[in-house]
Amino acid sequence: MNAVTRGLNGLGRLYVGLLLVFLYLPIIIMGLMSFNASPFYMLPIEWSTVWYETFFANSQLIAATWNSLFIAAITTVISAILGTAASLALYRYDFPGKPILTAALLPPIAIPWLITGTAMLIFFFGVGIGRGLHAIILGHVALALPYVIIVVNARLKTLAPELEEAARSLGANQWQVTRRVTLPWIAPGVIAGGLFAFAVSFDQFVVSYFLATPGQSTLPVEIYAAIRKGFTPEINAVSTIIIVLSMAVMLITARFYKFGGEQ
Amino acid sequence: MASVEVRNLSRSFGIHKALDDVSVRFDDGGFYALLGPSGSGKTTLLRMIAGFDFPNSGRIEMDGESVERVPLEKRQIGMMFQNYALFPNMTVTDNVAFGLEVRGLPKPEIQDRVKAALELVQLGTLGERKPHQLSGGQRQRVALARAFVINPRVLLLDEPLGALDKALRVDMQAELKRIQREIGITTIFVTHDQEEALTMADRIGILKDGRLVEEGEPEEIYNRPQTLFAATFLGDANILSGTWTGKAMVMADGTTIEISGAGNRKPGEAMQCAIRPERMQLAPGTAASSGNALTGRVIRKMFSGVSSTFHVETIGREIRIVVPNSTDTRLIDGDPVTVTWPADSTFPVA
Repeated sequence: MNAVTRGLNGLGRLYVGLLLVFLYLPIIIMGLMSFNASPFYMLPIEWSTVWYETFFANSQLIAATWNSLFIAAITTVISAILGTAASLALYRYDFPGKPILTAALLPPIAIPWLITGTAMLIFFFGVGIGRGLHAIILGHVALALPYVIIVVNARLKTLAPELEEAARSLGANQWQVTRRVTLPWIAPGVIAGGLFAFAVSFDQFVVSYFLATPGQSTLPVEIYAAIRKGFTPEINAVSTIIIVLSMAVMLITARFYKFGGEQ
Repeated sequence: MASVEVRNLSRSFGIHKALDDVSVRFDDGGFYALLGPSGSGKTTLLRMIAGFDFPNSGRIEMDGESVERVPLEKRQIGMMFQNYALFPNMTVTDNVAFGLEVRGLPKPEIQDRVKAALELVQLGTLGERKPHQLSGGQRQRVALARAFVINPRVLLLDEPLGALDKALRVDMQAELKRIQREIGITTIFVTHDQEEALTMADRIGILKDGRLVEEGEPEEIYNRPQTLFAATFLGDANILSGTWTGKAMVMADGTTIEISGAGNRKPGEAMQCAIRPERMQLAPGTAASSGNALTGRVIRKMFSGVSSTFHVETIGREIRIVVPNSTDTRLIDGDPVTVTWPADSTFPVA
């Protein structure tokens, strides 16, 4: 009995170990190879930062990176504000069609981005929005909004209704209640939703690819174009930078979330 | 501060009548308990006075001014919630200052009033703590200070001691009463705990199924309840039924029970009367005695420290008698006994 349990325990650990290897090994290899001077992945690794230098010298990739960061930042801010406002409206008010609207929030997440991208391209051309930076931002906001609303809604569900009632009984108007009681409570949800929005936007390839114009490309689109022309390890360097940055952001957020939470 | 008067207040949720034509007056400076089991409408009434909910019909007046359509944030009430509803992101001081800040009062005045309020609830030194760093009793004091610091017209407390453990509850009963006396504010609290109502309130209103069944001062309403519900909900009562003869009540088995204050009953009318278990005496044997008496057998003795409750079986009915343990009663199960009680402790109930 004991031996069986121990055996199962060992199997479980092996499984978790394999899972982690499966998830992280490609990333680790990519990180290592970004420091290898050989463009053909020759071993042993000859340590060098040449690919990082190449990347920082590639003005097209750098421009695309700034573009991506800019688009992601704008998308984050817009969708965090709009999404939070929408969540509050769904939480506070009853209006005709509310159940339909709530239900309609989920499917866009499940629709393949290829379809959404095509639909957006056709629609944006139809109404004269066209392509370009503004179109990409518009598209990204539309993609990110449901994530923000869902995350903020989940946080709002944990808000005790007595808190808002108490604030009102003390004489606070709607805006004072929202600013001093509701928003501080849902802040971790808004930040988490914003991060989702940032990730959705920064990762986004299909919609950006459809809506980008040659001068206004994003990093994923540029990486794709570069790989098509012939793979160079400078892509490893870009990817490593992105991974380190996003992990840092996630860790900082996790800490913040803990301090901002109720306990 | 203000007197509050509720007139013919009704509120329905679908077909369920949560409040049914309730009228009651809360005097200026009084401490009033709304007592009732869950679902009796007491919380609905409190929330209506606060302004969280609006009545279907009827009026709510504060100092004669009709307020039933005034929104919550303009009604100037102080509400303490059962779970206290302290703002978790604010310190104790900020919690108490909230109501003054949203009124746009000058900073020095806010500071002075918050300080005075925290001192009154004996939390002067904990101003910088966050709610989660406080004990249950301390949180309650913060909630109370936050509610009365705005000088509300009326202080409303929803199950004020419900979330505290037994020992703390007894302390806080005295403390709440002290604070209420000191600020002299009209206070209405909701409770399902009859002991809490009897200990703290100047007046008690008993609710059942959305109706105000009875109201009065604690001693009056305990010693002479008018209704069967009040008699049994507010403490324990032995209920006897029979027929009014014009002078006394005769039970089905022929026993005559003398009662006090029969009202305007007609002879031949069926009636019920109630006797508190601690008003009855127990004597061994079945010797005849004058006055109200029933004979029977002890079927159970329940010891509870200060007193013991004897369950005595008399002709087909069980009667409970509470005997203080300062008297030495050596009765055991099966002993024949005589239960006696005075006529003036026997009151008719409807």
